[in-house]
Amino acid sequence: MTNVLVVDDLDVTFALHQAEVKAVSDLSFSLAAGETMAVVGESGSGKSQAFLAIMGLLARNGRAAGRAMLGEVDLIGMPGDRLDAYRGKDIAMIFQDPMTSLNPSLKVRTQLAEVLVRHQGFAPDKAGRAVIEMLERVGIPEPVKRASAYPHELSGGMRQRVMIAMALLCRPKILIADEPTTALDVTVQAQMLELFKTLTDEFGTALVLITHDLGVVAGVADRMMVMYGGRCVETGTVDELFYDPRHPYTLGLLHSTPHVAKRAQRLDPIQGLPPSLERLPSGCAFHPRCAFRFETCFAERPQLLPVDGGARGRACWYQGSLKHEEVA
Amino acid sequence: MLGYALRRVLSAIPIVFITIAVCFFILRLAPGGPFDGERALPPDVLRNLREYYNLDKPLPLQFVDYILGVLRGDFGPSMVMRDFSVARLISIGLPFTLMLGFAAFAIGTAAGLIAGALAAFYQNKWPDYLLVFVVLIPLVIPNFLMANLAQLVFGVYLRWLPVGGYQPGAILNLVMPVLILSMPHGARVARLTRGSMIEVLGTNYVRTARSKGLGTRLILARHAIKPALIPVVSYLGPGLSYLLTGSLVVEQVFALPGIGKYFITAALNRDYGLVLGTTILYVFIILALNLLVDIVYAWLDPKVRYR
Repeated sequence: MTNVLVVDDLDVTFALHQAEVKAVSDLSFSLAAGETMAVVGESGSGKSQAFLAIMGLLARNGRAAGRAMLGEVDLIGMPGDRLDAYRGKDIAMIFQDPMTSLNPSLKVRTQLAEVLVRHQGFAPDKAGRAVIEMLERVGIPEPVKRASAYPHELSGGMRQRVMIAMALLCRPKILIADEPTTALDVTVQAQMLELFKTLTDEFGTALVLITHDLGVVAGVADRMMVMYGGRCVETGTVDELFYDPRHPYTLGLLHSTPHVAKRAQRLDPIQGLPPSLERLPSGCAFHPRCAFRFETCFAERPQLLPVDGGARGRACWYQGSLKHEEVA
Repeated sequence: MLGYALRRVLSAIPIVFITIAVCFFILRLAPGGPFDGERALPPDVLRNLREYYNLDKPLPLQFVDYILGVLRGDFGPSMVMRDFSVARLISIGLPFTLMLGFAAFAIGTAAGLIAGALAAFYQNKWPDYLLVFVVLIPLVIPNFLMANLAQLVFGVYLRWLPVGGYQPGAILNLVMPVLILSMPHGARVARLTRGSMIEVLGTNYVRTARSKGLGTRLILARHAIKPALIPVVSYLGPGLSYLLTGSLVVEQVFALPGIGKYFITAALNRDYGLVLGTTILYVFIILALNLLVDIVYAWLDPKVRYR
């Protein structure tokens, strides 16, 4: 399979008043055409910032370094006006909060049609028809009427459908969805994930699903990348990481997730809090919260290395099995 | 939309009535009267005058008479400028004041919007710092002082512009008054625009627009301008009424034939009829502009329409 996105040594730093804070460090991964990759981590793990950097959407004080190859072009460090040829066309993004991510003063039709006019050279009247077709595809009832509505006249789920329609209008190669279901009702979440799966499969779009909800991952993702303290700590297929986690943090995340099937089981949360990026712990950033730590973990940072010579990778010094600890 | 406008118009009526009542009675509480002078008038002359101007009846009855007159469009005579009715004096001064105010409004608003948007776009870079500083000047220096300084520099030393006065067609005489009047207004508009534009540029929906690859120009023109204008527009109504009702100082300094002159002298002379007449005019201007702002507001922010 061909890779649509290859990210190499991505660093994201923010200039604060006193110091610089590194939100993402040495992040490397590749995304194959049409696959779904989940990016999982707690708040502040750098998962959103990494992809905002790729989209050129960092806050004013943010700087990105490294490479993010979209085919032959490197998106990192590209000036905004050149990036605009790719944003919305080859690589699109959906944001967490559908309530504030649509412009309150423009009709739905306007906000969708402008993408087609900008990237596909549609005449504005012809774009209107394509917009209504797309609204129908994302499951919006009465699309003609909704197209003339303002965002505040739609429900949260409806707005997120509009966002999805907007992002997929140009059938992009890559869709980045940053916590797309977090702000929605549980019942709507499932529908939304189903919609993502159907449409990205049909359009051959690779989906990056940024989330902290492992339930979401289990439903739709092929591969997953676990991030902690701005670094990738474990990566592999969803099955590998769910049934045979090799990093204590991945294991901890799994134990923190409630299973509806196993009722009355007590959750086993990871102790402590995610680290402050301003003062990351020495060595392995996870060591203060890790049950498997030993001397090396305090002093040296583990590299992301292949596991079992396969495609999976992890960054951890501990060589023993995590399994028996799970039983105990 | 039409029903919304109608409701706003109807709600203005009691406000007009209350303002007239308050002004009417407060004015009578002030010591002195229209016929006080250096030398006291003989008692029978004073009595005749008071009778002629309807000042001898009980106060509530005078009020009722006045209101009935206003409803017929009759604002009564001026009590100091003999042989002039209040309506006549207003019709002489108002066109000039309106012209002065609207010219200052147009120039100040346009300059303020452009300056504010630029400052926001270059936030924390040198054009921003420069504009923020320049805009402070007309806000901290009162306009009568600015007017006097301008007269001194451009009128007396450089002799570029006339110092004051006005005849119909003398455009050059208007340059200084209009600019002086527009500067504080433009400065407030610039500050408001800058603030709201910076806020809008940081919103999620502008980020969405950037993620669509729309380009800076389209994002500013289509996505940012309308929401950024909302707080500015809500200031424009009061802003214009400050210009129309507050031009009296500038009119005085530049010796211009506007309505402000009448208002000041009428208040000093206790010319009850003229003070009330000009006050009602000012109230009317303010209410009309607020109404206009509300309607423009509903256009800018669709959420307002259905309340």
